[in-house]
Amino acid sequence: MNEATPAYPTHWRRPARMLHDRRWRWLVQASVLAYLVLALGSFDVEWARVMEGLSRAQRFAHGFLQPDFTSRWSDIRQGLIESLTMTLTATVVGVAISVPIGIGAARNLVSAWIYRCCRAIIAVSRSLQEIIVAIFLVAMFGFGPLAGFATLSFASIGFIAKLLADDIEEADPRQVEAIRATGAGWWQVLHYAIQPQVMPRLIGLSLYRLDINFRESAVIGIVGAGGIGATLNTAIDRYEYGSAGAILLIVIAIVMVAEYGSSYLRRFLQ
Amino acid sequence: MKSTSANAGAPASHADAWTFRTPRARLALWFGWLALVALFVYCWRVMNADTMWVFVADAPRQAADLGSRMWPPSLTYLPELLAPLWDTLNIATLGTVGGVIMAVPVAFLAARNTTPSRLWVRPVALWVIVTSRSINSLIWALLLVAVLGPGLLAGVVAIALRSIGFVGKLLYEAIEETDARQVEAISATGASAAQRLDYAIVPQVMPAFWAIALFRWDINIRESTILGLVGAGGIGLKLQASINVLAWPQVATILLVILATVLVSEWVSARVRQAIM
Repeated sequence: MNEATPAYPTHWRRPARMLHDRRWRWLVQASVLAYLVLALGSFDVEWARVMEGLSRAQRFAHGFLQPDFTSRWSDIRQGLIESLTMTLTATVVGVAISVPIGIGAARNLVSAWIYRCCRAIIAVSRSLQEIIVAIFLVAMFGFGPLAGFATLSFASIGFIAKLLADDIEEADPRQVEAIRATGAGWWQVLHYAIQPQVMPRLIGLSLYRLDINFRESAVIGIVGAGGIGATLNTAIDRYEYGSAGAILLIVIAIVMVAEYGSSYLRRFLQ
Repeated sequence: MKSTSANAGAPASHADAWTFRTPRARLALWFGWLALVALFVYCWRVMNADTMWVFVADAPRQAADLGSRMWPPSLTYLPELLAPLWDTLNIATLGTVGGVIMAVPVAFLAARNTTPSRLWVRPVALWVIVTSRSINSLIWALLLVAVLGPGLLAGVVAIALRSIGFVGKLLYEAIEETDARQVEAISATGASAAQRLDYAIVPQVMPAFWAIALFRWDINIRESTILGLVGAGGIGLKLQASINVLAWPQVATILLVILATVLVSEWVSARVRQAIM
């Protein structure tokens, strides 16, 4: 009886976590290695230039530690005002346009062809980069915050309409059915069954988009669409690292305040 | 008017007609909307104080003009774009790899259940995450081009630095959501802190980790296409050069290539994430 006991393994080997077939594992590892070799091979770094840049990095770190708020304050102030007004107006207009598109892109509310049209609008808005849109809108509207406003509004549409549409599609169908059973029309279903369910999420999304729009407004200024980004770009071009450091610190501070403020507001509203 | 006399606190006197909201809620809502509209109008006026409406009125004509110049895209320009496209893919991929490598320790230091010190280390790690997140990769690139010189390296580092915040934030949230019972089970076998991490926490966050990294890679492809605008290499350099010489058919070609790249990368990352999850 004792002899019949099979020899239990005395060592435990951890099984593979990702790819269970050994050949696949080999193939993936080899291709990753090959890619890295190829990618790093197409890289030519001028180490002399990098070394030269290090002193500049030092000056930059210095600028960060001793930010210079005063000497370019009027430019910074102007840039901030542009950024903040642009952010707010773009979010309001973006949300106002997104709501009908979002409703149109919800499969459970509209007919198939409206659904397809609205989803196409969303796809276009999502796949175009803000910066690229900004380049064209600056060419159309001229330099300044109006082009930035248009860019951010356009970018907000893809974001809010898509998430709103997904949320409407996930809304509880029983509530919709209950309202419909009272003889309610399409608008009444929207108002009494859908809107109460998605409103907290819509408010949360709008606040989140406000936050994103401010961050983006710091970027699109680089191509001439106004805002704090233009001021930052000028400061770096002029090698005024103190002012650049000050601008970045202000941006970080506002983003942090916006993030905490919006998460607090969302918790308060939900 | 009947509903205004109805009091929510006193059930004895109820309104004749049902209303969607209480009068007080309606009033608050009305004032909220009024405040929003007032703020909007005020911001609009401040923003457009210097706007040249002549240019704006001209916009449709400008758009039509630009459109006619861009059409048809110059297809002969396509072969010249292959090398910059390869550079762009490399910036995104190597930047993601670098960012993920830096983000993993930050995430473990920031997660409440794995941080060595909640009082000292965690705030620092969270600060790193917030700073990285609040500066867009284009701004990182702007700074790094000034420091490292124009080229791919600045782009890779910019993408990596921007990715730390994103990956770090999502990963530390995933670590905090891990099942504490598995950690307890592993520690009951007498495992050390490092073994606990390796056998209890890492296997739980692994799927989330791959999903986050792929998601960020997808975003990085988008972002790396424009980094060239500030001199950080890739297809954006070609875009900037073409815009500067007003070669609009070339711009149209580049935009189409960018669009195709973004769509393909989105599809790839969605498929791979589906396979992993």
